[in-house]
Amino acid sequence: MSPKGVPEAVIAAVSSEEHPIAPFLRMDRMPHIWCSTCGIGTAVKALVAAFEKLETDLDKVSIVSGIGCTGRVAGYVRLDSFHTTHGRPIPFATGLKLANSELTVIVFSGDGDLSAIGGNHFIHAARRNMDLKVICVNNFIYGMTGGQAAPTTPLTAVTSTTPYGNAEPPFNLCHLAAACGANYVARWTALHVRRLTKAFAEILVKPGFCFVEVITPCSTLYARKNRLGTGLDIMKYYHDNTVIEHGAEPADTDIVFGGPIICGKFVDRDRPTWLEYQDQHLGEVLGDKYYRGKVLQGAGER
Amino acid sequence: MRFWRTPLDADKMKIPRGELHIIVERCKGCEFCVEYCPRDVLEMSDEFNSKGYHPPKAVRPENCVNCDLCEMICPEFAIYCLTVEEEPVPVEGGKTS
Amino acid sequence: MKADPIGVRTGTLYLDGDRATAEGAIAAGCRFFAGYPITPSTECAELISERFPEVGGIFIQMEDEIASITAIIGAAWGGARTMTVTSGPGISLMMENIGLAIMLETPCVVANVQRGGPSTGLPTMVGQADVMQARWGSHGDYEIIAYSPQSPQEAFDFTIKAFNMAERYRTPVIVLLDECVGHMVEKVVIPPADTIEIEPRRLTDAAKDEYLPFAYGDDLVPDMAIAGMGYRFHVTGLTHDERGYPEMSVRCQEWLVPRLVAKIRQNADDIIEFDEENTDDADVVVVSYGISARVSRMAIDLAREKGIKVGFLRLRAIWPFPEKRVAELAKKIKSYVVVEINLGQIYYEVQRCAAGRCETLLSPHAGGGVHDPEDIFKVIEKGAKVK
Repeated sequence: MSPKGVPEAVIAAVSSEEHPIAPFLRMDRMPHIWCSTCGIGTAVKALVAAFEKLETDLDKVSIVSGIGCTGRVAGYVRLDSFHTTHGRPIPFATGLKLANSELTVIVFSGDGDLSAIGGNHFIHAARRNMDLKVICVNNFIYGMTGGQAAPTTPLTAVTSTTPYGNAEPPFNLCHLAAACGANYVARWTALHVRRLTKAFAEILVKPGFCFVEVITPCSTLYARKNRLGTGLDIMKYYHDNTVIEHGAEPADTDIVFGGPIICGKFVDRDRPTWLEYQDQHLGEVLGDKYYRGKVLQGAGER
Repeated sequence: MRFWRTPLDADKMKIPRGELHIIVERCKGCEFCVEYCPRDVLEMSDEFNSKGYHPPKAVRPENCVNCDLCEMICPEFAIYCLTVEEEPVPVEGGKTS
Repeated sequence: MKADPIGVRTGTLYLDGDRATAEGAIAAGCRFFAGYPITPSTECAELISERFPEVGGIFIQMEDEIASITAIIGAAWGGARTMTVTSGPGISLMMENIGLAIMLETPCVVANVQRGGPSTGLPTMVGQADVMQARWGSHGDYEIIAYSPQSPQEAFDFTIKAFNMAERYRTPVIVLLDECVGHMVEKVVIPPADTIEIEPRRLTDAAKDEYLPFAYGDDLVPDMAIAGMGYRFHVTGLTHDERGYPEMSVRCQEWLVPRLVAKIRQNADDIIEFDEENTDDADVVVVSYGISARVSRMAIDLAREKGIKVGFLRLRAIWPFPEKRVAELAKKIKSYVVVEINLGQIYYEVQRCAAGRCETLLSPHAGGGVHDPEDIFKVIEKGAKVK
């Protein structure tokens, strides 16, 4: 089994040893469904690395996905995990978080799921500054259904529903999230594994609506239809064309076909979360009559 | 390792050593690990795994410094490094003073 | 388990059906509500928004009805008892995720205060044309539980029942009001908390490494884990096996979907509720529900004065449908007269169960108002003349 000329000692077959990520994943479901060179697995690895770094109590972390390639993440991560309907992970996560505010609730889904069918939920959760950690894998295309155009598909890019090139301006998701009020907004690519891990570690402990966009290769569909080469070629493209600009004005970070990709942490602010604002406002207006206020105060006194 | 002069704390410095593990059957041959290994430990193998992908092979395993980049970037959870004992910094050609 | 007294406004109140539904929900322990304003259901959401801060509930007005239903499903998995309320176009939007609640076996309550349709229809006026939608509205095979109150008092009582059944069978339950009951103001007696029986959630006590989210026993209802208990479980809207893992196969579909249907059908006798009056010697039996049941009474009185032997079958729970009883009665009567504010929905259900053993007649109404009792009487008269 081991490739020629390599000492047996440094090569392990799948049966004999397990990857250190195993305790974090549902290994009985491996191999996953993602294509060769797809970046979703790398994004999952970065999330796990952030858990390790923070020594997160994983019993108190829930993950919610929608539908699509990235929607499958919930099924592979060994957390309380919810694979919901198309576009709906954010409202599902909203209910989950508000029913038990001790939980850290991660939404891990794709660009089509979160910004097309789920776009309305996305903007409103950001507006409310709902305490959700939203990770959006953006590969500019609908993968699961066979390569159709997404709201993120750059102008002129070819997809199976824009065979002559896309003629619709796309969303800049970071700009959208920032404009709606997100507490934290960052963009990285699948190549920036360390910075991505750091961003995930930051959002896991930051209250409010936190948004990380992960630009990933889709070699099966996006790269093939646009003749961009292999997944590795796309990673090289990220290497050569990424401009890291922390604090960049989100409006100036549009992604243009064949252009540079501006990455970095664009927004990091501290608006009160939805629940914090409720507790503060209702506590002020209702005083002793505000039940959650009494409970919270009681917890403080103890 | 070559130095212009031997660092004063050379005896305290250690080079981390990694032991590379490749889960050949899980690999989908994306080449990310081969391309991004900063120590050129890996090359693509000519052989196939049972899914028909070429997995990487460790051609210079002794160069691995356990940086974990292959493990981080692998989308298949098919490669990882384990820490082995660290080695002292070998000093060649520098002068101690 | 008894109701938490903090949520129970014991006493005699003067409430409309929408507000009585809200009081029923709070009494039943509902502590998470997500909704979107829509006439004629909004009074329910308004009262909840006012009452929740004092009882420790979370009220959130979402961006649409899709978000509302999805949020209550999420909250149920976070451990809360949850409800949303809507009408007309709103319930149409909710259908997608009522399917999700069915598939994830999520206890939650959806109140639909029916108005005239289709589309925007008659927002402020009554309809009863969502009855079949309640049963079949989401895609795929499933069974549903739906109650139809005829008064604010029943709106209160049935909402508590709806919460209990949702927990017992791990399923969404629909409270199918209509605009008349929703907006009619009547006396509602709210009993002391210690007389209100509340069904606890069926939480698993399995060992953490042995828990299978969709393994079930004789009653076909699996025990539930909620987020944060440490089970690290997975659930999906895809067809799934007992571990909750997706499995795209005929074998798994056959394992899963017939059970989802059977857990209601097998326990139908526990759920089905109806009032039956004067059916012993009846030639004609009127079948009705909601506000139409109250209008029907006047027509029945009229018919009895004229010497027609009329019985009455009033559906308290519409779904599951009392198939057995409707089939039995069909053997000894001349005809059924179905009174509903639509152009024939439960009518077809009655006809199906009567299966030709008697006539089934419809007293229809296109919506926007209730029947003229005189019109119902004419159909009863016709039903009595059937040979």
